[in-house]
Amino acid sequence: MPVIHPPNQTPAVMKDIAIDAERLARRFGPRWALADVSFQVPRGAVMMVAGRNGSGKSTLFRVLSTAIRADGGRASVSGFDIGRERQDVRRNVALLSHSSYLYEALTARENLHVAADHLGIKRAGIMDLLERVTLGGRADDMVVTFSAGMRKRLSFARILLQDPSVVMLDEPYGQLDPQGFALVDDVIRELKARGVTVLMATHQIERGLRIADLALFLEQGRVQSFGRASDAPTTDNRQQTTSQVVR
Amino acid sequence: MIAALRKEVLLQWRTRTQFIAVFIFGATALLLFSFGVGPNSEILRQFSAGFLWLGLLLSSTLTLAESFHAEMENRALEGLLLLPSDPRALYYGKAVANWIQLSLLGSALIPVMVILYDAGTTRVLSLLGIIVLGAAGLSAPGTLYAAMTAQIRGKQTLLPLLLFPLIVPALLSSVKATSLVILGDPMNALGSWLSLLAAFDAIYWALCGLLYGRVIEE
Amino acid sequence: MGDQSQVSKHAAAQGAVAAGLFFVGLYFSVIAPIAEDYGGVNIAFGLPLGVRASLAAICGVAGAIFLLIVDDPKSRARRAAILVGAGLVLLLLGSYWGLFIAPPETYMGQVQRIMYVHVPTAWNALLAITFGFGCAIVFLFKGDFRWDAYMESSIEVGTVLGFLLCCQGAIWAKPTWGVWWDWDPRLTTTAVLIFAFLGILALRNFVEDPVKRAIWSSVATIIAYVDVPIVFYSVKWWNSLHQQQSTPNTVSSVFHIPLRLNAFAVLFLMTGFIMLRARVAALRLSHEIAPPPLLSAEEVGELA
Repeated sequence: MPVIHPPNQTPAVMKDIAIDAERLARRFGPRWALADVSFQVPRGAVMMVAGRNGSGKSTLFRVLSTAIRADGGRASVSGFDIGRERQDVRRNVALLSHSSYLYEALTARENLHVAADHLGIKRAGIMDLLERVTLGGRADDMVVTFSAGMRKRLSFARILLQDPSVVMLDEPYGQLDPQGFALVDDVIRELKARGVTVLMATHQIERGLRIADLALFLEQGRVQSFGRASDAPTTDNRQQTTSQVVR
Repeated sequence: MIAALRKEVLLQWRTRTQFIAVFIFGATALLLFSFGVGPNSEILRQFSAGFLWLGLLLSSTLTLAESFHAEMENRALEGLLLLPSDPRALYYGKAVANWIQLSLLGSALIPVMVILYDAGTTRVLSLLGIIVLGAAGLSAPGTLYAAMTAQIRGKQTLLPLLLFPLIVPALLSSVKATSLVILGDPMNALGSWLSLLAAFDAIYWALCGLLYGRVIEE
Repeated sequence: MGDQSQVSKHAAAQGAVAAGLFFVGLYFSVIAPIAEDYGGVNIAFGLPLGVRASLAAICGVAGAIFLLIVDDPKSRARRAAILVGAGLVLLLLGSYWGLFIAPPETYMGQVQRIMYVHVPTAWNALLAITFGFGCAIVFLFKGDFRWDAYMESSIEVGTVLGFLLCCQGAIWAKPTWGVWWDWDPRLTTTAVLIFAFLGILALRNFVEDPVKRAIWSSVATIIAYVDVPIVFYSVKWWNSLHQQQSTPNTVSSVFHIPLRLNAFAVLFLMTGFIMLRARVAALRLSHEIAPPPLLSAEEVGELA
């Protein structure tokens, strides 16, 4: 499998590297979910991460956002080390995780209030944010009554509350309707325009490649290929990758 | 910490039916203890303080475990940590919320004790003060251990296994102080038991706050 | 080759330091009193009794902790074997002395002889969990898994010693007070301690992730250890109506010799067992925290 070196990668301009991962590894029990992953993402780029279930996409995001530790290798996000400077990494990163991070017994509005209070920001813009993710009409309903797609939208609103320099989206399209797809694309473009670096793990490879600058394919916790999105594997390969989703 | 406490209180208010269920559990325990002794009202009165605190202790494991249910359901605690939040603020928010809830639970169990064991007293304020101090002793290490055991399988058994030996001094002094209030205090020993309880509280409120970050971070 | 002989020289020097510390301990606590009682010569350099006892205790504890800290996989098995062997010999010697040579105690009679194992067990149980507490603190600061292995083993050995302590206490209590169990502060604290540390050992079994297991059990160990004096004083206070038991520290040196022989015996056994148990823990850990299976240089070259 060819490894394509990423564009714009010159050590001299390390200042412009938003994410620098070197031989990252993480194990769960005897299994290495991430075995050996290295890559660099320039500031302001959008990178798609693809790979079949269990290839290590979510683990990679959780390690980079300091939700879980790395068992090997090192990485820096926005110039901060994920091991030693966790709080600084966290101030710079927003993660849309596989878990929704929502309290079931609180309403949509209250969930965002809780996040805003902990971030130390004003609650003022929260209603607009809910309108943006088309949850304005359900703002005062408890999350327990929400569908999977609505939870996803609310988690999205929670991300937008933060002011990060790196955003990681773990399957942003999952469980969303077509309007939701458009919303996600919209948000990603907006973030990119603001110079935010975006990482996005998805099975929607066609859609992801349209919006991404870089593409990282993972296979059993290792880098299968990494390079420009325009150089990404041919349709045949891609189909192979997608068909592998069903084991 | 204020933000964390606000969230906890709101969550507890939403799950108040759970509080009622725990209260009924505690009251049932108090009822059952009397069957362990038999219908001897004098002995029941003698042991009433011990039964009250054992009832509260057994119920507290339910309350403490429940307080982490909402955090683990959608990994909400991880979400707060990544915002980022200060783990110490999260600890004190939750520990104070559990303290309040256990104090309310203990206070609600007092009338049950008075009725079942004929253990009445006019010093209601002293009794409430002991409940508040004792609940603080349960909630400080209890919140820390519940954070641990909520993350692993077999959590139902592990929380009491870790917590019960630890809180022996708090239990002992709470029981002693309560029974001195109910049965009379000829030696004037109430103050020293309350200082012991307060010392236990101070040590564990400080120590557990320091260590909490290591428990919830990965 | 040269490197290896360096290492073994190093190990020999460490062994000599520990042996020297143990010798000083045994010299002041056992050899000097024997020489004085049976030979009539004073070879303790005129040191007062209290200083001799403290010096002996400090040297013994220092030797054990030194051996545990400089422990390395190469010399571990040999040192543990020597310690366990020496411990067994001293235990036989001390118990024979205590059972057959020492006269029965005036007030408590033959029952008192259980003190010759009971008191050494108590001292060493406390020492084992104190060492475990130290390991917990060092682990939380340094994150070195060596200390996790030592914490696991010392807590386990300490719990076993604590269990023996309760059994011996019950055996002593039955003829003395007429009951198996008395709410004596020491006995009760030991029982509470055993349950607290059994809980921690159970916690270790429930947690599969090695890092979480190590951190959580360190935290729990610190919390439980801090509780020990609080439990002791609260039980003492709670049960202040009872008469306190006496320890044989006011009695003459005929009682001291078997007690001290056994103290060193249990110290050696404890240290040896902790080393052996730490080896098991370290072997399990070496699988759990093995480094990731990185691609070799050739494989990376192939890919590029």
